Amino acid sequence: MNKTSKTKERMSTDPKPAQKFIKFETGGRPYIEGKRCRSCAAVMTSEPLACPACGAREGYDSFRAAETGVLHAYSIVARSYPGVATPFVSAIVDLDDGLTLKGNLINIPPTPETITPGMKLRVTFDDALGRTDKEGGSYIAYFFEPAEQGA
Amino acid sequence: MADAYIAGIDMLKFGRYPDRSFGELGGEAALLALDDAGLGVRDVQALYCGSVFGSFEMPGQNVMRQIGQTGIPVTNVSNACATGAAAFREAWIAVKAGICDVALAVGVEKMPRGMLGGGEETAISHEGLFGSASMPCVFAESGMEHAAKYGTTFEQFAKVSVKNHHHSTMNPKAMYQKETPLEEVMGAEMIAYPNTKLMCSVNVDGAAAAVVVSEKKAKELGLDRAIRVRASALASDPWNPRNPTMWDVNSVTQLAAKQAYEQAGLGADDIDLIELHDCFATAELLHYENLGLCAEGEAGRMIDDDETALGGRIPVNVSGGLLSKGHPLGATGIANMYEVALHLRGEAGARQVENAKRGLTHVVGLGTACAVHILEKA
Repeated sequence: MNKTSKTKERMSTDPKPAQKFIKFETGGRPYIEGKRCRSCAAVMTSEPLACPACGAREGYDSFRAAETGVLHAYSIVARSYPGVATPFVSAIVDLDDGLTLKGNLINIPPTPETITPGMKLRVTFDDALGRTDKEGGSYIAYFFEPAEQGA
Repeated sequence: MADAYIAGIDMLKFGRYPDRSFGELGGEAALLALDDAGLGVRDVQALYCGSVFGSFEMPGQNVMRQIGQTGIPVTNVSNACATGAAAFREAWIAVKAGICDVALAVGVEKMPRGMLGGGEETAISHEGLFGSASMPCVFAESGMEHAAKYGTTFEQFAKVSVKNHHHSTMNPKAMYQKETPLEEVMGAEMIAYPNTKLMCSVNVDGAAAAVVVSEKKAKELGLDRAIRVRASALASDPWNPRNPTMWDVNSVTQLAAKQAYEQAGLGADDIDLIELHDCFATAELLHYENLGLCAEGEAGRMIDDDETALGGRIPVNVSGGLLSKGHPLGATGIANMYEVALHLRGEAGARQVENAKRGLTHVVGLGTACAVHILEKA
């Protein structure tokens, strides 16, 4: 897709995607890339050798995933591994076009009273909480936030 | 095809054994099971040894170094939390297939401390960046899925812990024998809402072993205390669009349970007690429905009505469960069968389920594997 475009190629010093399925437009804007089985239309974020849903080996079509969805399930994580700041909300989100992603739900108080399964969320992209690899490289991650905010 | 039987089964008290090796722990359980069967190591024709954290050091062969190196085929088995049950199932298959008359299954574990499930190695840590892969969180999310669908409450999940800790006060082989009232469970340190620390299973060391024999051998040994294996089912996770982003422990359990009931020609109503995979309190309620103990959405009511407590309609985890007996991954599956066997033999003491004729055991290993066994008094 658009391999001939020479405008604003990403530089090796630019932040890298924190998940393989985070891609960048030529302008640099990140998005989620989904894969759809050419045989049964099952959607996923990777390309298994054969489709895990139907077993077909006809390959996948890439698509740009929806950036809105609903909260399916969550937990408020109060204790994590050493060095991981808590609390944070671990959320399972069903995007509007069928992909399910797991990520942090942000910009909402982390209490069971404020978080409601079924609530509308949107995907945002930001720096990966300041985390860097051994070479000091930074990363871009996705997060979820309530869809109403700032709307 | 003739059924296979358990001729001998036993377990070590679950606890912490920092100074003992996988071979020593597994070997001791193996000798106890052989003694229970009235057999010796020279009668054993194959060993299947389950372990997760010992799987790189040939634990089965190390068991043989402790009990007698007879040169029999030894196969090491690793299948996450379903490891012990998977090892047992391999022994069952060998006997059912007529390859041997006596096969030994051992499950042995020495656990690391702290939470499991840190996730895969990546250039930067994903924990707390893309939610949490910790086991308390993963199972909290499964519980919250149920809560969103059926209105299941934090209190109902917590009641599972109250019940199983109560049961364990009657089990001297459990890690803990301590009552935990509801306020204490709900007020304990929150790990991943709604799972508090007292709603998480205990990481302990342990070992359990079972001697699986053919019908011919069982009759030769005498059927008095023999346990008939009515069903042995193992399933892997079928396709589900959310799995593995959200690990699906439900459909894999439903699949294994369906196969087990079909194999035995029995239904949930024919079962007198159940040892199921309460790795977290949230998980237990899901499995009431997955195993067909109640209709969909009724698990919360079941725990409210004490139906799964000792003395209830269908007692669940009278051993104390993984929550209080402890959860040494590789040993758990066989330890569940030991508990059921005790009841079928009428040897469970204060926690005896009266007139128990049949019991079901269930384990789920994330990744995902689910094993369901149905055992019956011979």
